[in-house]
Amino acid sequence: MYRILTKRPLNPTVTLMEVEAPAVARKAQPGQFIILRVDEEGERIPLTIADFDRERDAVTVIFQVVGATTEKLNHKEEGDFLQDFVGPLGRATETEGLKRVAVVGGGVGTAIAYPVAKKLHQSGCHVDLIVGFRTKDLVILEEEFRAASAQLLIGTDDGSYGRKALVTELLREQIEAGAQYDRVIAIGPIPMMKFVSLLTKQYDIPTVVSMNPIMIDGTGMCGGCRLTVGGQTKFACVDGPEFDGHQVDFDEAMIRGAIYKDFERRAHDAACNLFRREVE
Amino acid sequence: MANMRADKNPMPHQDPQVRSRNFDEVALGYTAQQAVDEARRCLNCKHRPCASGCPVQINIPDFIAKTAQGDFEGAYQVIARDSALPAVCGRVCPQENQCEARCVRAVKGESVAIGRLERFVADWHNAHAAEKPVRPAPNGHKVAVIGSGPAGLTCAGDLAKKGYDVTVFEALHLAGGVLVYGIPEFRLPKSIVQKEVDTLKELGVKIETNMVVGRSVTIDELKEEQGFQAVFIGTGAGLPKFMNIPGENLKGVYSANEFLTRINLMKAYRDGADTPIQHAARVAVVGGGNVAMDAARCAKRLGAEVTIVYRRSEAELPARAEEVEHAKEEGIIFKTLTNPVEILGCHNPDDPRDPKNGSVCGIRCVEMELGEPDASGRRRPIIKEGSEFEMELDCVIMALGTSPNPLIKSTTQGLDTEKWGGIIAGEDGLTSREGVYAGGDAVTGAATVILAMGAGKTAAKAIDQALSKQEKL
Repeated sequence: MYRILTKRPLNPTVTLMEVEAPAVARKAQPGQFIILRVDEEGERIPLTIADFDRERDAVTVIFQVVGATTEKLNHKEEGDFLQDFVGPLGRATETEGLKRVAVVGGGVGTAIAYPVAKKLHQSGCHVDLIVGFRTKDLVILEEEFRAASAQLLIGTDDGSYGRKALVTELLREQIEAGAQYDRVIAIGPIPMMKFVSLLTKQYDIPTVVSMNPIMIDGTGMCGGCRLTVGGQTKFACVDGPEFDGHQVDFDEAMIRGAIYKDFERRAHDAACNLFRREVE
Repeated sequence: MANMRADKNPMPHQDPQVRSRNFDEVALGYTAQQAVDEARRCLNCKHRPCASGCPVQINIPDFIAKTAQGDFEGAYQVIARDSALPAVCGRVCPQENQCEARCVRAVKGESVAIGRLERFVADWHNAHAAEKPVRPAPNGHKVAVIGSGPAGLTCAGDLAKKGYDVTVFEALHLAGGVLVYGIPEFRLPKSIVQKEVDTLKELGVKIETNMVVGRSVTIDELKEEQGFQAVFIGTGAGLPKFMNIPGENLKGVYSANEFLTRINLMKAYRDGADTPIQHAARVAVVGGGNVAMDAARCAKRLGAEVTIVYRRSEAELPARAEEVEHAKEEGIIFKTLTNPVEILGCHNPDDPRDPKNGSVCGIRCVEMELGEPDASGRRRPIIKEGSEFEMELDCVIMALGTSPNPLIKSTTQGLDTEKWGGIIAGEDGLTSREGVYAGGDAVTGAATVILAMGAGKTAAKAIDQALSKQEKL
């Protein structure tokens, strides 16, 4: 069992949790992920490691409530326990030798972009952190982002905070203004990563994206997380989760991600009803 | 005087019509009376051909003699000397190719039903034995076992009985390996696996789940930082193979591993389960091994019409004859000498948002014929010209075999492996790294539970010999 050390809502649908998991904390690197189960009957879900503190055996995950499992997870409080928490899984982000990087995050994906930005920033790389949200209320981790970058650019879809611009527009402006990026790292919803990759392709900037497909074991056993990269089938759990954005078949990944959409909607409704009943 | 009846006492089964709609165990097991009657068919041959056919050399005539006398606990103790998992092996061993194949009674009629008797004896013990296993005095040596499948559990059990301080590291949240994620409940109830795991714990074996060796901890760290004097790698062959044909990444194409893991480990078949699974109307399972039969029979139980698609003929099916027969009884359709060349996807040109887009809607196959024998000795399947045809489906399960997971190799320097991924180990299980042993599917590629157990046993013996000379911690 794994104790929840802290829990903090970042916005109405996004929550940060620090979980006590010594084996994971000891080995975690930016770019890697964990798999957790909330309870004995729970499903296994992958979440990217948002931060870690080796001294305190703590691993931070940030999640958005989208389905039954994240709903249940969000009902756990500080001091409660999670049934399972395994990792770190996948390969770490390669950060060596990078001088100037644009880290681009969208929505809850910005939380996942944070540890990479932090590591690069700390190692002396010039980091432009470009983050996008739908609206002001959904903006998260602004202070942390600022501390982990040379320049923080925030955009919202409705212009209620920062610039009224998509992250692709903000990135294009930087490139056009002469920023010489060794690499762009894009983490967020699949369409965002797709359009960032299409943009950087025009400028021939190496681009890494972090894929978060459906998976069960996270060790290469089920193949559920497979995607097509450069015409070849890859397993996100062991070959990734980060891939060359110019090679990933995003359209296929989007379709595969929707396999259980109906099930998830029904399960989420059921879970919500359950919690509602408990409250009444 | 032996019972000279020519055929085995038949195994009582759930009716096929009923069982194809539930996940309860198919074979119901002998009654005590049937077991005694069957045991009395054994001639107690002096040269014990059956025992030489057993990968762990169980003293078969002795346990059968005790069964014939009604001394079921005595019979269990005979088996337990050599086998760590009798209730498992009595169910899933291919006895027809091992002990039973060499039984003298099979010359005229059917062999003694050794597997069914093993199962009976083990179940009797599990139901009646009250005594806890005795925890042996610690001998001061620490051993790590990676993987809690049949190889790892056997190795751990044998070492624990000799007083070793054994820790088993398991990547999943539950111990048992393929016994829990691969083999379905209706063939091997999970309570039996749990019982075996609990017995090991009573012997003092520590089981650390959620530990992915290679990621959470490396073999070098286990040896150098955590003081394990020997390591046994029993990580199995978990990496699924695909055909590399067009359409394999469509929605509704599963590896058998994924399909079975969702059902067996995650219980996705139960109403209200948190883990989803597709309830397809028409399913094709590609492959002809035991895993293909398991996947097909699971899909059937979820309500689908299921077809096994296999490229050779029925005679070459690698699955156990019993599994094929059970599958047929349950209404699984067999399309042999058939090979898929493309999986077809739905595409609604009028509505790009149609959720069916990108889902499986069929499979294009070719018919095959058998040519000359290939390297495996089986006749090579050749495509029949102009034989292409399509089948309408909404789910395809690829059961083409598995290969060893490369994670351990890629994180353990100096561990030699074969080109196809198998860890290279000597007869005693020793790898190219000092103090590191390996066995089971991780070494041989996908094989059987009993062979993995045999390898775990051999390695335990070799580890004991090596460590008993070394200083204690």
